[in-house]
Amino acid sequence: MKKLLWLIIAVSAVSFMAGTASAEKLLLINGAGATFPYPLYSKWFYEYAKVDEGVNFNYQSIGSGGGIRQILAQTVDFGASDGPMTDEQLKQAPGELLHIPMTAGAVVVTYNLPKMSKVLRFSPDVVADIFLGRIKKWNDPRIAKDNPGVNLPGGNIIVAHRSDGSGTTNIFTDYLSSVSDDWKTRVGKGTSVNWPVGLGGKGNEGVAGLVKQSEGAIGYVELAYAVKNNLPASDIKNKSGNFITPSIESTTAAVNGKANSMPSDFRVSLVNPDGADAYPISGLTWILVYKNQPDKVKGKKIVEFLRWAETDGQKYSTDLLYAPLPESIVKQVQEKLKQINY
Amino acid sequence: MKIKFVDQAFKRATTVMALSVVALVVLLVFSMACRSMPAIRKFGWHFLFTGTWDPVKEVFGALPFIFGTVVSSALALLIAVPVSLGIAVYLAELAPSYIKQPLSFLIELLAAIPSVVYGLWGIFALAPFLRGSIQPFLSKYFGFLPIFQGEFYGVGMLTAGIILSIMIIPTISSISREVFLAVPFSQREAALALGATRWEAIRLAVLGYARPGVMGAVILGLGRALGETMAVTMVIGNRPEISASLFAPSYTMASVIANEFTEATGNLYLSALVEIGLILFFVTLVVNIIARALVWKVSGKVKGEIRE
Repeated sequence: MKKLLWLIIAVSAVSFMAGTASAEKLLLINGAGATFPYPLYSKWFYEYAKVDEGVNFNYQSIGSGGGIRQILAQTVDFGASDGPMTDEQLKQAPGELLHIPMTAGAVVVTYNLPKMSKVLRFSPDVVADIFLGRIKKWNDPRIAKDNPGVNLPGGNIIVAHRSDGSGTTNIFTDYLSSVSDDWKTRVGKGTSVNWPVGLGGKGNEGVAGLVKQSEGAIGYVELAYAVKNNLPASDIKNKSGNFITPSIESTTAAVNGKANSMPSDFRVSLVNPDGADAYPISGLTWILVYKNQPDKVKGKKIVEFLRWAETDGQKYSTDLLYAPLPESIVKQVQEKLKQINY
Repeated sequence: MKIKFVDQAFKRATTVMALSVVALVVLLVFSMACRSMPAIRKFGWHFLFTGTWDPVKEVFGALPFIFGTVVSSALALLIAVPVSLGIAVYLAELAPSYIKQPLSFLIELLAAIPSVVYGLWGIFALAPFLRGSIQPFLSKYFGFLPIFQGEFYGVGMLTAGIILSIMIIPTISSISREVFLAVPFSQREAALALGATRWEAIRLAVLGYARPGVMGAVILGLGRALGETMAVTMVIGNRPEISASLFAPSYTMASVIANEFTEATGNLYLSALVEIGLILFFVTLVVNIIARALVWKVSGKVKGEIRE
């Protein structure tokens, strides 16, 4: 019994000493939030550890909702979200919160029609009416109109959507709301919505699974997921009337399309942007930081990191299938970072 | 003196531990009730009886989720109980010893598979199989029943029930087997001595004697089915609708919490999800009480049977 007690004391003493020793060397900065940019953020933190050895970033990908709650409660040093905070949420904050756009992602419309060799094309109103349950068959004349010369099957359309709350759903429903008034009034936009039709799958893999397993299914997934898994991705007609293939370049073009109309707080929806090559279903993801940093040392390190991520860090995006921010936006963000006080 | 002190201390310590369970449950209910206050105030009893779930317009009703949880669990029991009892009887009474060991091991292995693996298997193997073979068959020959009507997608209530039944079979069968093995050998001998056949001996002496224990096993299985989240979420189709057809997609309480909690930002939205948790707690409680009551009733009867 006594031996055991001594053992416990010894072990805890050693681990305590080890803990304090590493804390002296490394400054730990905690963040939490969105799952969508997590692969890119971990890559950044890994690479940044080589640039600045004195700081260690710890990021919990608990979801945008959790990220917003934690930064409001100040239990983390920075938050992260795929959707901008609402005015109401910003009012709850103990200080002024800044949205710093980090990278952009796109959502693709994928489908399962085994005999189809050509990539399908959709107009915005057709996508909206499919997800509203108004277009029920693949050989509907409105789908045929977008795809001249394609032999469409006569089967039923099975709609698949995300069942878990997600930034992907937010971007997709934001897009549908912007192109269809019916969608806007009946369903609206959000991380989870009341879907008029369809089956729900958990996560990108759940939706992809439903689509792959059911002939005639249509669903939406992140661009990165579709590319990695070789899912067909349909071309979508943008504001300029061109059918655009989803890609990193066309997503960056979408961000660029908002450059002139970017609000100063960066809380902007990217869907349906101007630009002849802009893919219309995309969105930004943000890191949330307080304008007046409560901790001098941490604040300085966070700003240094953000500055690095906006410039040198952007080159890691493409490999991980995120769309790097265009120069035009990066410049505006750099200006914003100067406003952070520490 | 010293021994008495140790005895006392031991008794106190275990009492505290036992009471901590009660405290935990009370705290759990209390904190869930507090957190769900905004939703309770806004929707009142309507929450239990309405079916709209619209996070955008902040209108919430739990009925489809309650329906989905209860029906999928009932379906799972309907499939799992006969199969599990068959397994247990075979293992305890009939199997030759060289089959007993490996088979018991395999069943316990099934219990150790993580539910996400069951879910992935469900979505990539079971659902296409059901859609390709079983559901067309059911729809063709039993389509006059409302439960086998409508379009089939592979995922849905039926798939969820089957996945759940596979997940609870190990629990029910291995506990039932232990219960059967615990039946005194003299019971069987007595039945056989009176001229009973093998089947009659098992039915009268073993099954009758073991009934309360088997009920306990079923309750444990039911508990797992009610609370199972991951596997069900992946195959049930996640659609908050009440449909008579087992082919139709449905939704359970545990699934909606798992799906939507991480991204829920609004206060009312969050509290509606917490209230679903509270309802799940009470549904589990009520189902357990009913099952317990059944056990008491049945076990009383069994004692009488054996003594006479």
